[in-house]
Amino acid sequence: MNALPTAQKKRMAVFKFASCDGCQLSLLNCEDELLALADQVEILHFLELTSRVQPGPFDLTLVEGSISTNKDIERIREIRRQSRVLVTIGACATSGGIQSLRNWADHDEYLQCVYARPEYIDSLATSTAISQHVKVDFELRGCPVNNQQLLQVIIAFLHERRPSIPSHSVCLDCKRRGVVCIAITQGKPCLGPVTQSGCGAICPAYDRACYGCFGPAAQANPRPLSQHYTSHGVTKREMIHQLRNMNAASEVFQIESDRLETKTGSKPPK
Amino acid sequence: MSKTRKITVNALTRVEGEGSLHVRVDGDVVEDVRLNIYEPPRFFEAFLRDRSIEEVPDITARICGICPVAYQMTSVHAMESALGIAVTPEVRQLRRLLYCGEWIESHALHIFMLNAPDFFDCDSGIELAKMFPDHVQAGLQIKQAGNSILEILGGRAIHPVNVRIGGFHRMPSCSELNTLLSPLQSALDAAVKAADWIEQFEFPTLEIACELVAVRHPEEYAMNEGVIASNRYPSIHAAEYERHFLEDQVAHSTALHSSRREHDTPYFVGPLARLTLNRNRLFPTARSVADRTYPIAEVHNRFRSIQARIIEVIHSLEEAIAIIRAYQFSANPSMPYQPKSGWGCAVTEAPRGLIYHAYEITDDGLVKASKIVPPTSQNQRQIETDLHNLLPPLLQDDDQTIAMQCEKLIRCYDPCISCSTHFLTLNLDRR
Repeated sequence: MNALPTAQKKRMAVFKFASCDGCQLSLLNCEDELLALADQVEILHFLELTSRVQPGPFDLTLVEGSISTNKDIERIREIRRQSRVLVTIGACATSGGIQSLRNWADHDEYLQCVYARPEYIDSLATSTAISQHVKVDFELRGCPVNNQQLLQVIIAFLHERRPSIPSHSVCLDCKRRGVVCIAITQGKPCLGPVTQSGCGAICPAYDRACYGCFGPAAQANPRPLSQHYTSHGVTKREMIHQLRNMNAASEVFQIESDRLETKTGSKPPK
Repeated sequence: MSKTRKITVNALTRVEGEGSLHVRVDGDVVEDVRLNIYEPPRFFEAFLRDRSIEEVPDITARICGICPVAYQMTSVHAMESALGIAVTPEVRQLRRLLYCGEWIESHALHIFMLNAPDFFDCDSGIELAKMFPDHVQAGLQIKQAGNSILEILGGRAIHPVNVRIGGFHRMPSCSELNTLLSPLQSALDAAVKAADWIEQFEFPTLEIACELVAVRHPEEYAMNEGVIASNRYPSIHAAEYERHFLEDQVAHSTALHSSRREHDTPYFVGPLARLTLNRNRLFPTARSVADRTYPIAEVHNRFRSIQARIIEVIHSLEEAIAIIRAYQFSANPSMPYQPKSGWGCAVTEAPRGLIYHAYEITDDGLVKASKIVPPTSQNQRQIETDLHNLLPPLLQDDDQTIAMQCEKLIRCYDPCISCSTHFLTLNLDRR
C-alpha cells in the first residue's frame, strides 16, 4: 500500500443503508491490506468492523446501500453534511440495488406478500440510489464492488486525487481473458457489451451470460443489443429480466427494460 | 412515581446488519427485552415471483453478502427437489467444497475480527491485532483460504456466479483446484493453533438450556443435506419444517420471529447446535481438537460458540483438502431438466445456522411463490430469552457495562441481520 504523504490521518467512515453488507465486506476481504489501511486512516464509524463509534466530520465517507425508508432519507442528508468526500459503493448505493425491483410493483401488495402486519413497517414505494438524494463525489459500481477497485478509490481520495476506474465494457476483459464470446457462439443474452468492467468477466469465463451486476458501461446503448437478442430467439420477458437485476433502476438499463415492456403492454415504473 | 432510566447506546456493532435492543427494567425485575431489527425490508419473496427459476440463485445470493452461498445453494436445492433432479456425485462434492469455503471465510471473519475482540475488551479486530498480531494475521490468512475456494469454484468470493440448478455452469479443472491445496494446508495448521489459543480465553459462565436444532446426516458433518435434528424432539424431514416451526411477525422487527409451533418455544441454531448434534461426524483433526479443547457434555454456553466455530473451520479445511485430492474432472457440469410445476423445499446449514427455503414453480419454469427462513430470524427469540437470563445479575452495573455485556452475548450468535430483512441502540427503561 502506498504511504500517505502527510502525517495527519484522514478520518474515514462507512455507513450502511438497504443492502446485503457485501460491499463493506469487500473491504474486510482485503486480507493483505486491511491492517495496513487501518494503520493509515482513523476509522470513526464502521459498525461492522469496530465498536468504537465517533462523530463526524469525516474526510472520506463510504456509503453502501440504497434509500428505501423515510428515516434513511434524513440519515443520508445528515451523513452528507458531515462528509467532505462521499463515495457510494456497490449497486444498491449507485442504482438502488436488487430491491429496486419494487419500483415496478405495487408496494402495498409487496408488503402484504412478506409481512402479516404491514402497518409495522417503515418502507418507501421505491428503492433509489444515494445520488438521487444527496451530492455524491464518486460512484463505485458492482454487486459486489471489486475489492481492489475499492482500495484504489480509497487510496486515491486519501491522496486527494480522483480515482481512475475503467468504464469500458466487460467485452474487453473477456477478450483479454481469452474467453470465447458466448453471445455469438451460444446465442445467450449476455449483457457484457453494455456492462461496465470490474468483475474480471467472470460470468463468460464460467460459461454463462453476464447479468449486468456492474451496471451500464460508459456510453452503453442497450437498445440495439436487446433488439439483436430478441430477434434471435430471446423472449422479451427474458431480456427485460436480464436488464432488471441488481442495476434495474440505473437509468440506461431502466430506459431499455421499460421500452421493451411498453411494447409488450405493461406499465412503466413509478 | 416510578423512576424511568433510559440508556441509548448507538449501534449493535461487529454484526452484519442493523438492530437495536430495548430493555425495560422495573426495580430488579427485567420486564421486557426486545431485539429491534430495523433493517429496511427488501422484499425478496415478493420480487422472486414470476422470475425464471434459473435466475433465482443469483437473486437469493443478494440477501446476504457474508453467506451468499447458503442462500443460493438452499434455493437451488429446494428447486431441484421440486423438479426431481438428482445431481451427480462430482457436483455434490464440489457443492460441499463451496460450503466449506463459505464456512471458513465467514467463521474466520467472525472469530478474529468480530468476536475474539470481546474476550480482550477490544473495540475491533484491528485493535486486537495490536495485542496479538500473529494470531490475527493467521486468522486473516485462514479467511483468505476460504475466499480462495469461493473464487476458484464460484468465480468470486461474494456473490459467486457458478451455481445453477442441476449443478454448476462450469466444472473447475484439477489444476485450478490443486492451487488451493497449499494455502488450505497452511490454513489448517494455523486453525489448529488458533483453537489452542481460543481454548485459553476466559468464557463467561452462562449455561442456558434450550432446544438445539441442526441438520444431521448419517455420514457427514451436515452442511447441505440431512434431516432436521434436535436435542429435544424427534428428527423431521425438511418437508415437515413448516408443520413444526412457525414464523410470526412482531411489531419491533422487520425480521420474522420463529418458534416451535406446538410448544411455542424458542430454539437455537448455529455452530453450537451443530457441534453438539454432529460431533461424531467431524473429520479426524477437527475431532481430536474438539476432544482436546471442547467439553464432551452438551454445551449451552453461548460464549463457547467461538470454539465451535474454530472447530468447524478445522473440519471445513480438512474436508476441502480431502475433496480436492479426490477430485476428478468431469465434463458434465449440470443435469439437464425440463421445467414442470411443483413444490420443493430444502434445509442447509449457513455458517450461522439452519436455513430453510421453499419454492412453488410453474409449468413454464417461473417462481410462483417462495418462503425463505434465515438463521437469525430463528435465533431472534432465543436471543431475547437469553438476554432475560443474562441481565438480572448485571443490573447493579452502569448502563454502559450492561449494554456492552448484552452486545457481547448477541455477537456470539453471529447475527446476520440484513438477511432477515443495523445500530444497536440499547434503550434501558429502569423504573
